[in-house]
Amino acid sequence: MNAADKKRLLHEMLYARRFEERCYEAYVERKIGGFLHLYPGQEACCHGVLEAARAGEDHVITGYRDHVHAIKCGADPKEVMAELYGKETGSSKGRGGSMHIFDVKHHFYGGYALVGGPFPLAAGLAKGIKMKGGDEIAICFLGDAANNQGTFHEALNISALWELPVLFVCENNLYGIGTRIDRSTAVTDQYKRVCGYDIPAVQADGQDIEVVFKAAQKAIKHVRSGKGPYFLELMTYRYRGHSMSDSNAYRSKDEEADWSKRDPILILKNRLIKAGDLTEAAYKKLDKKIIDEIENEVIKFAEESPEPVVEELEKYVLAENDPYVHGGPN
Amino acid sequence: MANIMYWEAIQRAHDEEMTNDPLVICMGEDIGVAGGTYKATKGLFDKFGPERVIDTPISENGYTGVGIGASFIGIRPIIEIMSVNFAWLAMDQIFNSAAKVRYMSGGQLEAPVVIRSPGGTAHQLGAQHSARMENVFMGIAGLRVVTPSTPKQAYGLLKAAVRCNDPVFIYEHELMYNMKGDVPDAEFFHPLEGSEVVRSGKDLTLFGYNISVHWSLQAADILSKNHGIEAEVVDLFSLSPLDRAGIAASVSKTHRAVIVEESEAPVGVGSEVMAIINEECFFDLDAAPVRVSSANVPQPYNHTLEKATIPGPDDVVNAVVKMMGKA
Ligand SMILES: Cc1ncc(C[n+]2csc(CCOP(=O)(O)OP(=O)(O)O)c2C)c(N)n1
Ligand SMILES: [Mg+2]
Repeated sequence: MNAADKKRLLHEMLYARRFEERCYEAYVERKIGGFLHLYPGQEACCHGVLEAARAGEDHVITGYRDHVHAIKCGADPKEVMAELYGKETGSSKGRGGSMHIFDVKHHFYGGYALVGGPFPLAAGLAKGIKMKGGDEIAICFLGDAANNQGTFHEALNISALWELPVLFVCENNLYGIGTRIDRSTAVTDQYKRVCGYDIPAVQADGQDIEVVFKAAQKAIKHVRSGKGPYFLELMTYRYRGHSMSDSNAYRSKDEEADWSKRDPILILKNRLIKAGDLTEAAYKKLDKKIIDEIENEVIKFAEESPEPVVEELEKYVLAENDPYVHGGPN
Repeated sequence: MANIMYWEAIQRAHDEEMTNDPLVICMGEDIGVAGGTYKATKGLFDKFGPERVIDTPISENGYTGVGIGASFIGIRPIIEIMSVNFAWLAMDQIFNSAAKVRYMSGGQLEAPVVIRSPGGTAHQLGAQHSARMENVFMGIAGLRVVTPSTPKQAYGLLKAAVRCNDPVFIYEHELMYNMKGDVPDAEFFHPLEGSEVVRSGKDLTLFGYNISVHWSLQAADILSKNHGIEAEVVDLFSLSPLDRAGIAASVSKTHRAVIVEESEAPVGVGSEVMAIINEECFFDLDAAPVRVSSANVPQPYNHTLEKATIPGPDDVVNAVVKMMGKA
């Protein structure tokens, strides 16, 4: 990773941070409704892994904390924000909302709200890739607490048995809503739980993007070369509550302060400054540029976009004009 | 008589039943230390300890099965599933184990578990967090399904469900936990079967359950004030079994029926009540029964579309006015 790459990644992570913070404000202003799960603190996980992958080509799937993953895959931030605003121009035409961002043209398969649901879907994407003979891989991003669903173990077994090209990325932020991992999970190191399936499993620091990138490169090389699944556990932390309705009361201020010292943006920024590739002034300028861009382009687009029309309430329930509904095309 | 919230009524029922019987336990995600997503188990962790107020991993089918298994040997678990959308994951244990074990063991075994879970649409929670699943649960032989429309029912139904030897599913509602109502100070057990006439009227019957009882009552007021129509409102607090006799008695009196449901129409409460009316009192009808239901679509996120899917008092009024030929 050269200095230019690092600077670009700093830009991307800072953009993701400011995007999510702006979502928070829009939620408070009641422009965004429903459940909103934000990503600040975990940026290096998504950006490090997808930097090592072929973003936009490899097939990515995740849970409800999905805005940043979609954007890194290539989704237009304007369309993501419009989705949060429930607009017709949104990535899911305003039908999905925050938890259901989809951008299939960039191979981002969503955005699912049921904890553990994406594990087998990811294995299914991998099965499809394998059958079609491509060299893309499937990448599944989920949280630590999701590993207590049966689907985790079922999908691991199936993907090992069938040697599927799937990378499971566990973003271990130590909590599932308000329950700390050691209160819900017998073995807190998640990579250890994978050993029983003979799948290579590694734990890495999720706050240092260079560490994530290197670990992901190794993982992806394994998966892409046809050796079957791989499990990458990234140790990380979310700064905000689980969702907007969560007060965060279950965590100590000390714990939060400790993690904020290992902020992924801060780590990369300081490294660039130390190497003489960035100045504090240039960083401030970049930050301002990003904030302005989000306001003047992204928010503006979402605000000015039209709502879906009620006449189209039933659109997308079933396929339109499928000839086989009537016995075939004749 | 105390005027308390729906969640407080549920909390009180837990507290009393756990005090009464050391084998009553409760389990679910974030119910212990955090006191429950809807506060329905608030304070119980401190009072009864972690052996009896159990925070579970996110393993719905697993912990529901654990509760059912424990009930085989006399434990009386109250299982909270955070949302009915997640109850789909526990469906195997509810459907294949709890509901069937008495029958398939020839009466040797029973599963006296209570499963509580909120359904309904809240505000823009989207397609995977807005399910109404009453129609699914009420079709399961061997499972009782009740649904409280008031704090009083929420209290009394949970009390009775804990003591009942059948598995009971209590269908609560996302939007009703903060609703207030009077609950008697003295302990009582609400019947798990039957229905209740909550407003008497002569011109037609509105059948509701849970939140749609309130839509029906509001509609009945508007109909009385603006249209001179006196609607009877029947609360179907037991969805399985449905109260055939109660449904027939009201329709035989008013000769007209509108079923108000938050769920989608197909295979739902409305279609079942219509079938019962056909079977029990068809010749008492003066008009074909009508149902007011949700649009049959996965719940959209957009606020305007979402509103368009869910019925409310106005839709009930419109349906009645049309039925009475006063449109
Ligand atoms: C099947 C199911 N059960 C419960 C929930 C409620 N829920 C939503 S997120 C969550 C915690 C998940 O934690 P984790 O997998 O660690 O992901 P994180 O939110 O920390 O990113 C829970 C319990 C759900 N959405 N789906
Ligand atoms: Mg987590």
